[in-house]
Amino acid sequence: MASATINPTRMELNRLKGRLKTATRGHKLLKDKRDELMKQFLEIVRRNRALRAKVEKGLEEANAAFTVAAALMSPEMLEQALLYPKQSVELDMTFQNIMSVNVPRYAFHTRNEDPAEIYPYGFAQTSGELDAALEALSNVFRDMLELAEVEKTMQLLAEDIEKTRRRVNALEYVMIPDFQQKIRYISMKLDENERGNITRLMKVKDMVLQEAHEFQQPAS
Amino acid sequence: MYKIAVLGDRDSVLGFKALGLDIFPVEGTEEARHTLHKLAKPAAGSQSEYAIIYITEQLAAVLKADIARYKTSVTPAVILIPGKGGSLGLGAQALQSAVERAVGADIG
Repeated sequence: MASATINPTRMELNRLKGRLKTATRGHKLLKDKRDELMKQFLEIVRRNRALRAKVEKGLEEANAAFTVAAALMSPEMLEQALLYPKQSVELDMTFQNIMSVNVPRYAFHTRNEDPAEIYPYGFAQTSGELDAALEALSNVFRDMLELAEVEKTMQLLAEDIEKTRRRVNALEYVMIPDFQQKIRYISMKLDENERGNITRLMKVKDMVLQEAHEFQQPAS
Repeated sequence: MYKIAVLGDRDSVLGFKALGLDIFPVEGTEEARHTLHKLAKPAAGSQSEYAIIYITEQLAAVLKADIARYKTSVTPAVILIPGKGGSLGLGAQALQSAVERAVGADIG
């Protein structure tokens, strides 16, 4: 690759060997991370699929009931009935660490503990369908919250898996082969230099010996 | 302490009010987009006070790019729910695209 620019020195060789070692180790670690993330992710996806089906079904029921209620009551009445909720929901968010990905965990608590306290109106002026619609909504709400948690987890995990996958691939197919090639290039070059040096020494030795012989002969 | 917002057309979200969620009935794409961003990012630098924003699929269909922007941030979680028109299958589609993104291929 970029072998034209590297210095064929022992120092460079040692440096590259160190980097190759680090890269190989990093590759192994990241691969393990990716595999584990994937395992978690598939589990989350399965949960998400089930929850979404459940929530969509529940919400459709609630919407159907709500539509009937809206048809039976005037829009003004409907709005008036729902205008001041008795209930309010507060959300606590904590974080869970899945393979160094921070994912949110939601816990909600309602201001009013009684689950029956969702009807913010008197029963005299509203239709029964509205009660049914609200009940259906409150039944599905817990699942909706879990869906939010699972779906956000899924999105965050997907992002991190993508990142990790790219890193693994970059190490495996670019960095590591590149290092190996450079190391091979340097060691070949060093070996070549070594051989060149040996032949040179042999040649010099021959020449020195030759000179010594030639020196002796006229002397004798 | 965080809150939950529900964004959608009036008839779809009104019921959530009784549950104690904050509802934001919107008409039209521009208003919806504006409201979504306001909910997700109240002011520069400060954390969003809405941790979860439920949005109807009918709205999500026209706000795809705006929703995608919040996919990678921890808050808020923008979650699609079917509105009064029934499910459009967008939620399932989002799931599919997340899988594709992670695996790098469509594994069905």
